Amino acid sequence: MERTAAPEGMEAVFERPTSLVATPTHYCPGCGHGVIHRALARAIDGLGIQSTTVGVAPVGCSVFMYEYLDVDWQQAAHGRASAVAAGVKRVLPDRMVFSYQGDGDLAAIGTSETIHVANRGENILMIFVNNAIYGMTGGQMAPTTPLGMKTTTTPYGREPATMGYPLRITDLVAALPGACYVTRQAVHTVAAVRRLEKAIEQSFRLQAQGRGTCFVEIVSACPSGWKLTPQEANARVEAQMLKEYPLGDLKVPTP
Amino acid sequence: MTASTASEVRLMKGNEALAEAALRAGMKAYFGYPITPQSEVLEYLTLHAREHAGTVVLQAESEIAAVHMVFGAAGAGARVMISSSSPGISLMQEGFSYMACSQLPALVVNVQRGGPGLGTIQPAQGDYHQAVRGGGHGDYRLIVLAPSSVQELVDHVFLGFQLAERYRTPAMILADGALGQMMEKVTLPPAGSLPHAVPGWATTGKPKERARNVIHSVFIEPERMERQNLLLQEKYRKIREAEPRCEQLGMEDAEIALVAFGLSARICQKAMDLGREQGIRVGLLRPITLFPFPTLAVARAAASAQAFLTVELNAGQMVEDVRLAVNGRRPVEFVGRMGGMVPSPDDVLARIEEMAARLRSRSRAGT
Repeated sequence: MERTAAPEGMEAVFERPTSLVATPTHYCPGCGHGVIHRALARAIDGLGIQSTTVGVAPVGCSVFMYEYLDVDWQQAAHGRASAVAAGVKRVLPDRMVFSYQGDGDLAAIGTSETIHVANRGENILMIFVNNAIYGMTGGQMAPTTPLGMKTTTTPYGREPATMGYPLRITDLVAALPGACYVTRQAVHTVAAVRRLEKAIEQSFRLQAQGRGTCFVEIVSACPSGWKLTPQEANARVEAQMLKEYPLGDLKVPTP
Repeated sequence: MTASTASEVRLMKGNEALAEAALRAGMKAYFGYPITPQSEVLEYLTLHAREHAGTVVLQAESEIAAVHMVFGAAGAGARVMISSSSPGISLMQEGFSYMACSQLPALVVNVQRGGPGLGTIQPAQGDYHQAVRGGGHGDYRLIVLAPSSVQELVDHVFLGFQLAERYRTPAMILADGALGQMMEKVTLPPAGSLPHAVPGWATTGKPKERARNVIHSVFIEPERMERQNLLLQEKYRKIREAEPRCEQLGMEDAEIALVAFGLSARICQKAMDLGREQGIRVGLLRPITLFPFPTLAVARAAASAQAFLTVELNAGQMVEDVRLAVNGRRPVEFVGRMGGMVPSPDDVLARIEEMAARLRSRSRAGT
């Protein structure tokens, strides 16, 4: 990949990670996916694992993720990314394997796969992007939609009596002995993105040691689905989402 | 115990024989879920896989998870198998459609039982349409093999892997509960006799020298989606041209041609002998591949045989393909039982006698 060198007398302080493809993404302004892809790419570059990493893309807005990260990819059916990733890892145990899924994918249609992959301690990294909405299909209620939030299928706000409660699936995963490292991160501030990069790096390191399932939830914004500007959406992450989904480690690996 | 490197003769149950055959065929991974009447496949493999170093056997949480693990392992370049019985196979259809479009080879075994619904655990052939017409969403086919003995079940494991890998598409062995449960003498080929190389398209990690490998079935622009469909259709055309297989018994002088696959063909073989004892010239066409259907063999038989009788353990499914091949030139009749019931050779013979009587009276009337 061609690089622009820093002009004489100047220092490069920002550059595109090697494993991030030089192409515009199709994501909306203010969407978290692009930032998360970049964090993944930086972690992969930092560990020097680009040639040994296999990703599994989901169904949803990030279905074309394989256009953006320069590693080998499989694209799974809705809900099945973690099962596909387990299939890859079982036959290629020395490769780094990660799955990438949204909330509807991982916590509704794929709940069974999520729980059982983590319960078997499949030695993969599961990335879970929680923006409380089905983005690609136009903003319907997700299992993680907070109570009272309006979506196209909760036009009067989510009511627990008929629509149930926001599902904190990450808490369920943390309770499983097969899960090694379970953490909830965000991308609404630069500091949060840096912490996410560290969490991804640590997950890959643990995978290299064969420690079991690593699970990284990322609370993210969907300005288009939420019908907000990117700035307003980030404010909602802080004001509402992080109250429902507090950041931090839910389970840390035993030394 | 270590894997046998010589061929071996054993008395084996169908399910166990196919599992042993898969290990000897160099299967690298198997994903399954218990369901009668094929649970012995998973049981046998969990017991014996360790005799074949590096073989993965995993009991999944559901047939849905299992088929998508197959997707992942096949995409990673492994020789991979999955097995189930009718209701479980229904759950796997999503995965088959994705694999067909993503061009992933895998071997699927359906040890059929009576349906629809939860059905029975007795043998049936009610999944014929589902198997040969694709089964899931979209325009695709599976290669479908129909063994009629435990030996052929073993042979079809090897053939199934070969065809799946040659055409980069899932292949299915369409067996039934009786075949899975019966014991017969089998000759098992030696282990390591079916070489396998990790294909270049597999997602094994991207070295600097090559572009990234992407296995996917999403083509959002209709022009590209149509191109992918045309590519698949061209593949199915080649399969139809090169791979039909059909056994013919007594067809040289047959006036009545029986058409049956799998267990039904064994019943028909006995009925054919009984008919011939009575002087009725009965022959048997036994499709070994159901997709591709041996259309040409059936069409050619219509030049000499006066009438056809299709026998199936269902309401009449393959008979539609027989009628398409015969194309109205001869009468095509049907005998079948459903829901796990099996017609006896005498049931088939009774219909043969009726048909023979009709042929005689027609020829006496000069029509």
